[in-house]
Amino acid sequence: MSTTSGKSFWGYRRENGRVGVRNHVIILPLDDLSNAASEAVANNIKGTLALPHPYGRLQFGADLELHFRTLIGTGANPNVAAVVVIGIEPGWTKRVVDGIAKTGKPVSGFSIEGHGDIATIAAASYRAKEYVHWASEKIREEAPISDLWVSVKCGESDTTSGLASNPTVGNFVDKLDALGATTCFGETSELTGAEQVCATRAASPEVAEKFLKTWSDYNDFILANKTNDLSESQPTKGNIEGGLTTIEEKAFGNLQKIGRKARFIDVLEPGEAPAKGPGLYFMDTSSAAAECVTLQAAAGFVVHLFPTGQGNVIGNPIEPVVKLSANPRTVRTMAEHIDLDVSGILRRELTLDAAGDALIDIALRTANGRLTAAEVLGHREFVLTKLYRSA
Amino acid sequence: MSSPDFIVHDPHDSVGVAVVETIEAGRTLTGWVMETDTTITLQAKDPIPLGHKIALRDISNDETVLKYGQDIGRTVAAIGQGRHVHVHNLKTKRW
Repeated sequence: MSTTSGKSFWGYRRENGRVGVRNHVIILPLDDLSNAASEAVANNIKGTLALPHPYGRLQFGADLELHFRTLIGTGANPNVAAVVVIGIEPGWTKRVVDGIAKTGKPVSGFSIEGHGDIATIAAASYRAKEYVHWASEKIREEAPISDLWVSVKCGESDTTSGLASNPTVGNFVDKLDALGATTCFGETSELTGAEQVCATRAASPEVAEKFLKTWSDYNDFILANKTNDLSESQPTKGNIEGGLTTIEEKAFGNLQKIGRKARFIDVLEPGEAPAKGPGLYFMDTSSAAAECVTLQAAAGFVVHLFPTGQGNVIGNPIEPVVKLSANPRTVRTMAEHIDLDVSGILRRELTLDAAGDALIDIALRTANGRLTAAEVLGHREFVLTKLYRSA
Repeated sequence: MSSPDFIVHDPHDSVGVAVVETIEAGRTLTGWVMETDTTITLQAKDPIPLGHKIALRDISNDETVLKYGQDIGRTVAAIGQGRHVHVHNLKTKRW
């Protein structure tokens, strides 16, 4: 590896001991109604980032729990230094503030009812300004690779993903697993056809059973709601253009991302933080890129690896997304989106082992502060998963 | 060997993947089987776009197609060796 020992990185150690690789001060709306005030605060106070989203009203049950888990997890992510939460009313705003406060990081809530947008924006802006000054004096420190939490998910995949870019991620996962890192894959529906093979990669029969139940539940939901064979949805139109024909073919390509040796030690709910120590985790997620990465970021992952075939351009506001591709046309026509070109594998100019090392190198450089293509291009897709209709 | 025209994951597979941007019908292609690190040759009978699949042997209608050494669906038409394999002749067994 060219720029690091491969055993450590430089990050921000937070109050709860977790290490982040970015130092964001975020303005987090509780609900759709609070987006305008949140964006106004982010406009007033340079160095903050608003995370607008369309939900947070009249949700209930598991869907509401997921909404809170995702917002609290986003604020709690160690890539975030401090948080201003803005909601329409104080009760649910406080619930998000209290959840984030458990990390020990600075967080304050502001509510709009009884004050109006303008007074709320003013009060929240003063607080956000204090937070930016405070966060800007934080200094990176060296941390062992066992403090690095990395999530993986592919998008606009094609057959080159299964041949080269996904196996490169798998090589990374195998190598980091051996170093005690925490890693996560998801995309429940996109393992369809490879679910039995995936289950054999569980660390115990209990975890395998938990995985298969999670997969069956998602598959039952799809079978209950589908109106056709899902052609052009799964695989997507882009997948098909790139040569992928069936969900089974896509699934076996997808599964290459967990390598050949690593075993997953637990199955996480959407947005649930890992609690069983270092290792590989499976998370129940949609296969839509922004939904999946948003959930992984909410679970506390700090660097994301995103292999693409046809050229998905996704980013995330708080978790840097490192993009790699093996498609020779994509790396030529969409070069500005690609952080690592592994098309050499297809020409037999690059071994999988060397590609895996190159991915470790770019991931650690990203952790140390290098901005990814998605960050530089302003991709901040923050997409909450909604389980069903609101009340 | 030099750069392959197509790559095969597993020696049991019935399809390979074109990894060059242009394959015209009639061209003799060189393939690399990754798992065994061996080389095969095949004549293309259709143009095969980058990333698309080519039949490595004659495949009957309603036959299981293998890639990664695994079941990736069933054919809905007979496919001759060297022909393009995609949504027009291969379908999922799920959904």
